[in-house]
Amino acid sequence: MSEADTIAACRPSLRQQKQRRVTSLAVTWLMGASALLVMTPLFLVLYFLIREGASSIDWNFFTQLPKPTGETGGGMANAIVGTLVLLAMGAVIGVPVGVMGGVYLAEYGAETANYWIRFTADVLNGIPSIVWGMVVYAMLVLPFKGFSAYAGGVALGLMMIPLVMRTTEEVLLLVPQSYREAGLALGIARWKIITVIVIKTALKGIITGILVALARVAGETAPLLFTALGNNFWSHNLSQPIAALPLQIFTYAMSASDDWHRQAWAGALVLMLMILSINILVRLLSRGKSAS
Amino acid sequence: MPDVSIAPPPAATRPSAPVATPKSPAPEESPAFDIRGFSLWYGARQALNDVTIKIPARRVTAIIGPSGCGKSTFLRALNRMHEVTPGTRIEGSLKLFGDDLYGPGVDPASVRRRVGMVFQKSNPFPTMSIEENVLVGLRLNGVRDRVFLRERLEESLRLSALWDEVKEHLHRPGVSLSGGQQQRLCIARALAVQPEVLLMDEPCSALDPIATARIEELIQLLREKFTVVIVTHNMQQAARSSDRTAFFYLGRLIEFGDTRNLFTNPSNPQTEAYVSGRFG
Amino acid sequence: MAEITQSSAVPALKNARSGWPDLSFRWLALLAAMTIIVLIVLVGWELYHGARLAIAQFGPGFLVKSNWNPVLDDYGALPFIYGTLVSSLLALLIAVPLGVATALFLTEMAPVRIRQPVITVVEMLAAVPSVIFGLWGVFILVPWLRDHLFPWLRATLGFLPIFSGPIYGLSMLAGGIIVAIMILPIVTSVSREILRSVPDLQREAAYALGATHWEVIRIAVLSYARRGLFGAVVLGLGRALGETMAVTMVIGNRPQIAVSLFAPGYTLASVIANEFTEATSPLYLNSLFELGLVLLAITFIVNAVAQLMLRTLTGGGTGKT
Repeated sequence: MSEADTIAACRPSLRQQKQRRVTSLAVTWLMGASALLVMTPLFLVLYFLIREGASSIDWNFFTQLPKPTGETGGGMANAIVGTLVLLAMGAVIGVPVGVMGGVYLAEYGAETANYWIRFTADVLNGIPSIVWGMVVYAMLVLPFKGFSAYAGGVALGLMMIPLVMRTTEEVLLLVPQSYREAGLALGIARWKIITVIVIKTALKGIITGILVALARVAGETAPLLFTALGNNFWSHNLSQPIAALPLQIFTYAMSASDDWHRQAWAGALVLMLMILSINILVRLLSRGKSAS
Repeated sequence: MPDVSIAPPPAATRPSAPVATPKSPAPEESPAFDIRGFSLWYGARQALNDVTIKIPARRVTAIIGPSGCGKSTFLRALNRMHEVTPGTRIEGSLKLFGDDLYGPGVDPASVRRRVGMVFQKSNPFPTMSIEENVLVGLRLNGVRDRVFLRERLEESLRLSALWDEVKEHLHRPGVSLSGGQQQRLCIARALAVQPEVLLMDEPCSALDPIATARIEELIQLLREKFTVVIVTHNMQQAARSSDRTAFFYLGRLIEFGDTRNLFTNPSNPQTEAYVSGRFG
Repeated sequence: MAEITQSSAVPALKNARSGWPDLSFRWLALLAAMTIIVLIVLVGWELYHGARLAIAQFGPGFLVKSNWNPVLDDYGALPFIYGTLVSSLLALLIAVPLGVATALFLTEMAPVRIRQPVITVVEMLAAVPSVIFGLWGVFILVPWLRDHLFPWLRATLGFLPIFSGPIYGLSMLAGGIIVAIMILPIVTSVSREILRSVPDLQREAAYALGATHWEVIRIAVLSYARRGLFGAVVLGLGRALGETMAVTMVIGNRPQIAVSLFAPGYTLASVIANEFTEATSPLYLNSLFELGLVLLAITFIVNAVAQLMLRTLTGGGTGKT
C-alpha cells in the first residue's frame, strides 16, 4: 500500500464516518431498550399482584384458616404465622453460626484455609434450594418419621449459614485495622476487642446482611416442600407439619379451584410486601451507615 | 540558651516553644527500658540489628531516622505490638524496670497495660462517647468501681489537657471532636489504664501546627509522671520536645544521647549527616 | 496538675491473664467456620446415601435412560437432564444479551440520575421469590404466550423444527423465558461489576484514536472484560440450573424429549419438587435422590468453575450467587 493509500485508510470518508456514528447511536438505543426490557417484568409482576390480589386482602385473610376443599372463603393466617415461625427458627441456626463463622474468616484463620472456606461457602450459596430440602428430609424427616416445623426451620437455617457468613466477613473486613491495634495497645483481650469494638463498629452491616438473608429464605418454597410440608390448620407443636406462605401459594396455584387461585394471588401479595419491607429496612439502615 | 544549628520553625505557627531543657527534672532513676542485643526479623527480613540502649525513666526519649530505618518497628517492639504481624521473631533481651517483657509465659496483653501507645492517626472508637473511649481500657479489663472510673476519667482528661474542653459534653461521640482533640482523647484513653510508659508513633504527623504545638506542650507535662518514647520524622520536634534522642539507621542504633548534644555535636558522622539534612 | 491516684484496682490489671476466654472464643469461631465444610460433605453424603438403591439398580446407564415409569418402577434421568440443560440454555440465550447490554448501558451510557433507579429495579427483581414468578407465569405469562407469542413464532418461523408442533402454553420455551427473567439480575449485576473494573485508560486510548462510542465499548471495554463476562455467564448458568418453583409451574411437567420448544418438558428440580412426597416405592424415592445427586453435581461444577473464574479476575470472591 502506498503512503497515500495508508493515509486515506486512516482518514475515513465522510460517508464512513456518518455510518459509524449512526451505528453507535443505534447501539446506544438498543442498550437503552434492553434496560427497559429488563425492568419490565418487575413492573408486570407487581401490577398483576396488586390487580389480582389486593381485593382479596381483608381482615379475614389474616385471621382465618383455609376452608376445606370446595368451600370458598377462608384465609392464610396459619401460613403467615408459619412463615414467621420458620424464619425465627432459621435465624436461630443461621445467625449465630453465620456471624461467628464470619468472625473467624475476618479475624483469625490462615490464608489458604480461609480461601477454601470462602470458596465452599460461595458454592454452597449456589446450590439449588431443593437439594437442601432433600438433605434435611434425609436427616430429620426419615429418622423421626414425620414432617415437622423443625425440619423446615433447619432447612432454612442451613441455607442462611453461608449467606450470613460471607456478608459478616465482608463487613468486618471493612473495619479499619487501627481500631484493633488501639484495642490491643490498651491490653484488652482479643475476644473483647472483636466483640465490643469491631463487631459493634460493623453492627449495622452485620444486621443488614442478616436481613438480606432472611428476605431471601422467606420466599423459598422448595426446601419446605418435604420438610415443613404445609398444613391447613394451626400447628400446635413444632414437630408437626407447619404451613408457610410460599407453600400455600404453590399449592393453591396448582389446584383447580378458582377461589384458591384468587387466594394464591393474595398470599403472593402479602409475601411480596413482607419481603419488600425487609428490603426497605435494609436500605434505610445502609443509608444511615454511609451518611455517618 | 543552647546553640542549635537547626532552623527553628517559623514563629507565626508556634505559640510557645518549650525548650529542650527540662524545667524541673525528676531525679535520675534506674532506666525504664534496659535493652541488650535486641534484634527483630519479619520473616527473613531483619528489621532491627543488635540494638542496645537504656531508655531513661520519666524523660522524653525521641527516636529519629530516615524512612525504613526501623524506628517504628523498635517502638512497637517495646510493647510487643509487632506480634500483630505473623512471622516475626526476636533475639536479645528487653526489660522494663527489671521485668523481662519477652520472658516465657509473659502475656503480651499485660505488657501492653504497662506500656501504652498512641498512634499516628487518631483512632477513637467510633461507636463510643468521649467518656466511653477514655474508660474502655479499664472497663474491658474488668474494672467496675464507678467512683474509681469517674476519677480516672477526669484525671486522664486533665492529664491530656482536654478536660476543660469536653467536661460538659462527655456523652458526645468521640469522633465528633476535631483532629487535635481526638488525638488528645486517644492520649487520655491510653493514660487511663495507668501505664508506666507512653509510646507515641508520630503522633502529630496528621495534625496542623497549632494542634501539634499543644501536644508537644502536653508531652512536656506528661514526663513528670510517665516515661515517654516518641518516634518522629520531624527533627525540630525531637529537638524541641525530648531529653534524649536515639538515631536509627538501617535497623541499627547509630547514636543515643542527650538531645542537645546529639543535634549540636553528634559523635557519629552518619548522625551528623542526617541531622544537618544531608540525607533522609 | 492532677495527681496520679493509686488504687488497688490498677495493680490487679497488670497481672490479669487473658488465656482461656480468648482461646474458647477462637475455637467457637473456628467451629462455626468449619460448619461450611461439614455442610458440603453432609449434602454430598446424604444425597449419595439416599440414592444408593437406584445407583445399585441402574448403574451409570441411569443417566442415558429415557423412561420414567413409577408404575413399572423403572427410572431414567435423561428427559430431566435434557429439560434442565435446554431450559437453562434458553434462559442464557435470552438473559445474557439483555443483561450484558443493560450492564453496558449502566456503566457506559446512562447519566448518573438514571443509573440508580435502574439498579434499584434490577435489585428488586432479584428479591422476587421463585414461587411468585411462577404464579405470575402460570396465570399471566403462559396464556399470553399461548395466545400471542407462540402462534406468531410458529407462523413466522414454523419451518424450524423447534417452533413447530402443537401449542399448549406450558412448554419448554415458557420455562426458558421465566428462568431468563430470574437470572437477569445476577447476570446484570455481575457484568456491571466486571465492566466497572475495566480501567478508564483503556477507554481513553480508544477515544484518542477517534473511535465512536460503540467502537470504544467494543474495542476497549468488551474485549478487555471478555473473560470476566464469561464468568458472569457461567454464574448465571449455575443459577438457571437450580431454578425450581417457577419452572415447575410453567414447563408442563411431562418427562419427554421433544424437539419442539412448544412441547412440555421436565427438569431435574421440577420432578423432585412434584413427585418427592408421592414416591411410593423405595426405588422411586432413591431414583429421585439420584436425580438430586445429578443436579447437585452439575450445579456444583458449574458454580465452582464460575467462582474460580471470577476469583482469578477480581482477586477475591464476589460473594454473589
